[in-house]
Amino acid sequence: MNHLLPASSLGVLLKILIDKGYEVFGPTLEDQVIIYGPIRSVNDLPKGWTDEQEKGRYRVRRRTDGAYFGYAVGAHSWKKYLQLPRRPIWRALKQDQNIEIVEAKEEPPKMAFLGVRSCELHAITIQDRILAQGEWPNDGYRQRRERLFTVAVNCTSTAPTCFCTSMNTGPEVTLQSDLQMTEVIHAREHFFLIKSCTNIGDEILQQLPVRKASAGEQKLGRQGVKRAIEQMQSGPRHFDSSDLKELLYRNFESQSWDKVAERCLSCANCTMACPTCFCSTVEDTTDLSGEHAERWERWDSCFTAGFSHLTGGSVRPDTRSRYRQWMTHKLATWHDQFDTSGCVGCGRCITWCPVGIDLTEEIRTIRNLEQP
Amino acid sequence: MIPDIYTVVHRQEEYPGTFTLYLQNQELKPLFFTPGQFNMLYAFGTGESAISFSGLGVEQGRLVHTIRAQGSVTRALERLRKGDSLGVRGPFGRGWPLENIQGKELLLIAGGLGLAPLRPIVHKAREGKLEASRVRLFYGARRPSELLYKEEVPRWSSKLGVVISVDHGDGTWPGHIGVITDPLKAIDVDGANTIAFLCGPEVMMRFCIQVLLRKEVPESAIYLSMERNMKCAIGLCGHCQWGPNFICKDGPVFCYRDIRAWFHIHSL
Amino acid sequence: MKTIAHLLHEHPFFHGLPESDLQFLASCGENCVYHKGEHLARENTPAKHFFLIRSGRVAVETFVPNRGALCLLTLHGGDIFGWSWLFPPYISAFDARALEEVRSLRLGGACLREKCETEPRLGFELMKRFAQIATERLQSARVQLLDIYGSNSPHPGTTQ
Repeated sequence: MNHLLPASSLGVLLKILIDKGYEVFGPTLEDQVIIYGPIRSVNDLPKGWTDEQEKGRYRVRRRTDGAYFGYAVGAHSWKKYLQLPRRPIWRALKQDQNIEIVEAKEEPPKMAFLGVRSCELHAITIQDRILAQGEWPNDGYRQRRERLFTVAVNCTSTAPTCFCTSMNTGPEVTLQSDLQMTEVIHAREHFFLIKSCTNIGDEILQQLPVRKASAGEQKLGRQGVKRAIEQMQSGPRHFDSSDLKELLYRNFESQSWDKVAERCLSCANCTMACPTCFCSTVEDTTDLSGEHAERWERWDSCFTAGFSHLTGGSVRPDTRSRYRQWMTHKLATWHDQFDTSGCVGCGRCITWCPVGIDLTEEIRTIRNLEQP
Repeated sequence: MIPDIYTVVHRQEEYPGTFTLYLQNQELKPLFFTPGQFNMLYAFGTGESAISFSGLGVEQGRLVHTIRAQGSVTRALERLRKGDSLGVRGPFGRGWPLENIQGKELLLIAGGLGLAPLRPIVHKAREGKLEASRVRLFYGARRPSELLYKEEVPRWSSKLGVVISVDHGDGTWPGHIGVITDPLKAIDVDGANTIAFLCGPEVMMRFCIQVLLRKEVPESAIYLSMERNMKCAIGLCGHCQWGPNFICKDGPVFCYRDIRAWFHIHSL
Repeated sequence: MKTIAHLLHEHPFFHGLPESDLQFLASCGENCVYHKGEHLARENTPAKHFFLIRSGRVAVETFVPNRGALCLLTLHGGDIFGWSWLFPPYISAFDARALEEVRSLRLGGACLREKCETEPRLGFELMKRFAQIATERLQSARVQLLDIYGSNSPHPGTTQ
């Protein structure tokens, strides 16, 4: 963090990105939620807003210091721009007995994400492994990802639902992004400590009105991140995640699944809000003539009844088995599949659960029920 | 991944609701597969269904798939007739470990439609292309009128032992009546020198595995083909997850030793 | 000519039983052949014998009005048939019909009971063997009941 960008010059960064042909996406206040959307000017950013989060609860609130990134995470994750919620796969044409199938190709946009948190960089890296690095990559995802420019932001404030320190995914940005910033508001000063981590990041940094940051200014940035770590480590959701895989592998028949099934609505909110959940399904349709067909892919959720359908019924017929699948996949089987946890500790599944089911509490329940 | 277009060159009704399609690629493009692997068959506008290979002959660009009509896609496939087209993506998954059968006695244990993915192995055995010391087939079905490949099964017994058991038979049925585990229990097996491939309903495979284990066939020599909902067939859509396994790419054929922990968890 | 004790020795049901026991039981047994279509036992008639099938196919059947004889199970060389001789009122529950020439050993039910009463150790040994086969037949019948190969298997009711 050897450079300093005055907060008043944040718009310059935005302008350079737009001039370079990037579609810029970032946090914006909409319908009383900080979500990710198109950013055309700094006025689109949630300056002076923060969020209050608890299980099943989210509110935005004014803050007095005019911070641009003074919130934790919102309802959306970046996955909606990389693994699209809906995308065409192919179009098919039928004439008499013959059919023809044409792949739906897209020209992937050149996107820049402004304000990517450490947990979210981890989430993107996890999705990369699944959707872009396997034997059969999702081409749309891979192309979008290859052209992506990221501006990461270190977290200096947290929500009580955050537990990235427990999952070793934050709050300090450690994975590569093109630019990395820490927002500092101290006395009357408001600036960003900024550094570049890639060639293209360098190129942009050189065009910014930055100066060298002093040792004292850099220290202020580190203190902000340290505060965030302390907040989480002293918070109620801090736990040791090192044995989660073994814990869950031992507890497929835990009573906790029955208990959580009494509350869970199988609404799928957690899977939609989760930045790593990647399940999808396809929809095949024809027009009225029956000659034109399309196949679309869309997000799916392991909480739906049809997800595990086989002739005769669902393999996971009840909420107990579906919640168990979701949580055990996220925290345990994911390790065997992709050599990483599927959870980055962002807390979205906790906040956006309409009945306030808290993943970290469920882990505790399983652990406690296991005690003799 | 876009399907290739194939044409139905022959359609064989096995019994009401179950049929075999013989498909030919327009470019006679060869498609190499291992028995036990599957294709995704696309019925125009309706969707795809995962169907295992049930015959050889792909060197000539010909595919054979036996299908039971039980969902919207397979019912659409049922309506296809000679000359109609469909889409094919594949082959996918891991098939039967034919590399492990050298010098072993191979037991093929099929239940109902589960005979279809084992049929290419039977064909190889008949052509003398299997390295097993001996091959025996145990085939359980519902009733004599619901047997697959009625025309050719009687010919199979010239090259391999064939025992067929039906749950419900009548006076004209010459084979076993009862469950397939009964004739399986009755045979002499050199457990240590045996390898078994199972395909059928999970309940049937569970009981057959118990019989095999009692005969001291090692868990590492028991292979079974699993079925789960599949959409993408390439490990991206998440539907076919079964514990840490993706049935579509880690299976559908698994070694019992590797999946025993998952096999007995309900609603997994 | 093989002796009855020798034939008993060859049948899997008696595997591992000491020679002295087989000699002891041999006097209950006789060798017999059933031709195709002949009955080994008939439903609702006195169950006089315990059958050890040596070869051939036997259908275990029950008669259903308007459908005729319904075969529930076929038995083959190495199988046994009949335990109704063991319990009062000693009445067969099913028909057993030879589907081809069947070579069988049959042991008199009353004779077997008497031997088991006088030699309880042997009686318990045989009882264990009966129980195992009965259990296996029960398991098979349950699996058969599931109709697992049907496309519309019966939906299991929920048991509260």
